[in-house]
Amino acid sequence: MIDHSHIGAETEEVSIDVERGQLRLFCQATGETNPVFWDAEAARAAGHDRIPTPPTYAQTLLNLTPFKKNLVLDVMQVDLARMLHGEQGFIHHHPICVGDTIRLQQRVADIYDKKGGALEFIVLETTARNQDDVVCCTLKSVAVVRN
Amino acid sequence: MTALSNLKVGDKLPALTAGPIRPLDLALFAGGSGDHNPIHVDKSFAESAGFPDVFAHGMLSMAYLGRALTDWAGATAVKEFAVRFAAITPLGASVVCEGEVEEIVERDGEHLAKLVLQASVKDGPVTLKGDALVRIG
Repeated sequence: MIDHSHIGAETEEVSIDVERGQLRLFCQATGETNPVFWDAEAARAAGHDRIPTPPTYAQTLLNLTPFKKNLVLDVMQVDLARMLHGEQGFIHHHPICVGDTIRLQQRVADIYDKKGGALEFIVLETTARNQDDVVCCTLKSVAVVRN
Repeated sequence: MTALSNLKVGDKLPALTAGPIRPLDLALFAGGSGDHNPIHVDKSFAESAGFPDVFAHGMLSMAYLGRALTDWAGATAVKEFAVRFAAITPLGASVVCEGEVEEIVERDGEHLAKLVLQASVKDGPVTLKGDALVRIG
């Protein structure tokens, strides 16, 4: 069983640049052909100052952020082979655009179990702020651990 | 996008079908999304975890659902978007993304639609269930 004292644990705040090349790789991988996500001119024509990012892209930034320790794998020492992604949510407050530098910080919001401990759930919440200190997105992930 | 301002409860999100999902798609998504969990790209690791083969990232299907939303309402129209991953998406699956307007909401001067969403394997189980709040005016 995962030690519930990890509730409230958090990462340091780490910055990541929103790069056009990585966004293009994401778009290629997801079949995203909307030119607004590929081309600055198309983005401007659609009323965006800069190339915006798709509504799940903040999770990619999170995945790529080089935290010193991963809360689940390193701090809680959960075996990756026993984990599944249970839930994912995004609340968008402000667009994340190519050229932004996003600072991410993740914390353990909750840990609970079901089926007498056969399944444990880790709730992770992440805040993503841009270079102007505007909160752009809050992310919530639920990881399921199969015991 | 002006047509969206006339939306009503029960209106459908234009459906989007993606796939069939090949091993290459999972390799591309591992790199594209930064999710390097070997359960999606390494069959021997997937087997060690108790699965018969690799399977698709749940976030790949969520990205397909996101495409359906942004194709319909605009690149930055999605305010809230959440899903529960209900079943695994196997290799070879075509993913069908669907949604329906559940409620029209006015909040902070914005005209918003709340949608219920799902992704499913074509001719198979529902894999993602969720909802979204999307700006429509």
